[in-house]
Amino acid sequence: MNTGKLRVFSAVVLCAIFVLGLFAGTVSPYPYAKQFRECPNAAPSSAHWLGTDSLGRDLFARLIYGTRVSLLLAPAAALLATMLAGILGGFAGLVGGWCEKVILAATDLSMALPLLFVLLALRALLPLDISPVLSVMATFTLLGLLGWPSSLRVVWAAAKNLRNSDFLLLARATGSRRSRIIVRHLFPNLRPVLFAQFWVSIPVFVLTEATLSMLGLGVIEPLPSWGNLLRGLEDISAVSANPWRLSPLVLLVLVVICFQLILPAQEETA
Amino acid sequence: MLRPLKNLALTALLALALPVRAQTGGELHFCLHGEPKTFNPILVDDEASENVRYLTGGVLIRLNRQTQALEPALATSWNISRDRRTITFHLRKGIHFSDGTSFGSEDVAYTMRLLMDPATHSTTGDSFRSGEGTVQVQTPAPDVAAITFPAPVAGLERLFDQAVILSAHSPKKEMAVLGPFYVADYKAGSYVLLQKNPHYWKRDAQGRALPYIDSVRLDIQRNRDIELLRFRRGELQLINRLEAEQFERLEHENPAVTRNAGTGLDAEEFWFSQSPAAPLPAYKKAWFGMKEFRKAISMAINRADLCRIVYSGYAKPAYGPVSPSNHFWFNAALEDPKYDPQGALRLLMQAGFRFENDTLKDRAGNRVEFTVVTNSGNAAREKIATMIQQDLSQVGIKVNVVTLDFPSLIEKITRTFDYDACILGLVNTDLDPNGQMNVWLSSGENHQWNPSQKSPATAWEAEIDKLMREQATAPTEKERKAKFDRVQQIVSEQQPFIYLINKDVLVAVAPSVVGAVPVVLDPWAFWNVDTLRLGPAPDLGVQK
Repeated sequence: MNTGKLRVFSAVVLCAIFVLGLFAGTVSPYPYAKQFRECPNAAPSSAHWLGTDSLGRDLFARLIYGTRVSLLLAPAAALLATMLAGILGGFAGLVGGWCEKVILAATDLSMALPLLFVLLALRALLPLDISPVLSVMATFTLLGLLGWPSSLRVVWAAAKNLRNSDFLLLARATGSRRSRIIVRHLFPNLRPVLFAQFWVSIPVFVLTEATLSMLGLGVIEPLPSWGNLLRGLEDISAVSANPWRLSPLVLLVLVVICFQLILPAQEETA
Repeated sequence: MLRPLKNLALTALLALALPVRAQTGGELHFCLHGEPKTFNPILVDDEASENVRYLTGGVLIRLNRQTQALEPALATSWNISRDRRTITFHLRKGIHFSDGTSFGSEDVAYTMRLLMDPATHSTTGDSFRSGEGTVQVQTPAPDVAAITFPAPVAGLERLFDQAVILSAHSPKKEMAVLGPFYVADYKAGSYVLLQKNPHYWKRDAQGRALPYIDSVRLDIQRNRDIELLRFRRGELQLINRLEAEQFERLEHENPAVTRNAGTGLDAEEFWFSQSPAAPLPAYKKAWFGMKEFRKAISMAINRADLCRIVYSGYAKPAYGPVSPSNHFWFNAALEDPKYDPQGALRLLMQAGFRFENDTLKDRAGNRVEFTVVTNSGNAAREKIATMIQQDLSQVGIKVNVVTLDFPSLIEKITRTFDYDACILGLVNTDLDPNGQMNVWLSSGENHQWNPSQKSPATAWEAEIDKLMREQATAPTEKERKAKFDRVQQIVSEQQPFIYLINKDVLVAVAPSVVGAVPVVLDPWAFWNVDTLRLGPAPDLGVQK
């Protein structure tokens, strides 16, 4: 299969998974929280296509509801982080001077902070009586708000290169206003970098949410996410006895690979 | 029923095989689950140090972990005065510490002085404090020591099971011991090596010196999975406590090495915040303060499912603050915790709640919804919370589950009281109810549902306060038991703690260890370490 076909295939797979997540309520045979306590850790069967988890909940239902949570909210968080990185990084790269120094210092400081502990502290500050849906929104918002520094460095480097470019010098020399320079010259040239950062951030946020959920900090029970589904893999010997528990991992790996295959296409088209 | 019988048969088989296969000598090898903070027995307050203390320390009176009865150890006999303030010990003669220093009443006096010295900050010493004043120790003879406390101490003789006797004269100070082993080597973060004490006083029925084993190597290993892996490889001979999942897996591989000692003393419990300082809406405070509400919640929780699903069947529904394994103090008259969602709903209706469209509402029309917090990273508690969530949805109650890191959780339940309900475990190592004083007295910091009260908030808490104080000074065990039975009865009626389950004590013992009889009391698998022997190590039948 050549590269182009592979990209199309990846896009189709991603779309199919997105659609599955969007229509989870229709596709799923059971509610994701329903516990079939008479059959915990059941093997796949016609009643439970991917078997059940340790509490007897249908794994297929939880997987597709988890897909909705992880794959809809991770891009939203990635968009937020990329926007923040684009605005701050573009501004620092274009303007330079003390403004650039302040923004970069703030970025370095943010990168030096252990994200996990920051999230831990912020989660502890949230009220306890928020619903699982609000909790998951809050988690991804925090990821978006705290996940911009590494993207900012890339955007800033690209913007700084553009600042010294001949065409921007020419634009400034012909009396173009700063807003016109940003909209007509800077942004179109930063677009491939921003797209790349956006696509790279999605799997990063999916994996971060998975890590947070494994620590009990992300999506709270009974709402499923890929993260808390991956917690079922902690007991490796139980997994070898019940290999169908690997299904969330398989889906996560598939999505990350698909994103990585699509990514070069974005860079080239831009 | 089948598993205990199988274990019994296995134990009998091993006991019969003892004269043929077992031998003296050899090294017993198992793990500590943390770094011992101290080898000074009077300063012990962590599990690893406690294990070393048990293996090395000599005490005047020893609690037999199997029979739960007190037995003479360094003291051949003792008597307690009528006012329960003075205990007089008659000591064994001709006993020596591990370094050869002789043992006598001066050592008892020295130990008690150290234990009771406020500057020592000994938690073991704290349990002896009964009132204002000093503890007097008299040594009328080298083999007689009389200790007088400023006020009566309930269950006094039991406390001496923790009081390890130090030498008043040995240059080695606390490293000179009277127990079966002494600390021979220690490498921080790696291991503690204990060698057989050549002067240990105890002998077997044939008059042979104990312990049979030459040395005990305690590897410091926090990771339970690695510990299990090493046991399966035959590198360890004992695992002192296993999680249900690990136990089930090991039993599936090799049932000969797994031992279920029975229902343990530890409980998992659920409680509602009833502190007036809690920043909760008034209607929630009213629900949580209502006895009928708490009882209905208790009735709506399917404890049998918790035991079966969360603990793979290696747990029992909890009755109350005392596990049935605590033979003397358990109140057998308490009712079984029945699962009855319909009964729970009826109780709620009688209390003024309404069940409409699968939703429970109070008189004012507020939907009954609350948040349960527990510590993150504890898979069993998270599963319990999720199962309770489904159980209570059947009576129209919406439960949100929030897991918090431990420091945040402790902050909420002890300082801000900003939570609705909590699930946590109660680790219970003391059979005597005096060990639970801080939980049951309304002024106690661990009176979790409403801690540190200036005066009891309710009549039933006032009655518990009175009963707990009375049992602490009652002259006979029978009277103490009657009073603590009443405490258990009140707790069962009021449900300030909704007890969920008591976990089984699960251990693993390699077939090469002969004479191991795991029990429900700490230290579960090696409480009789001085009579353990090592036989040939058969292949465990697992991959090396």
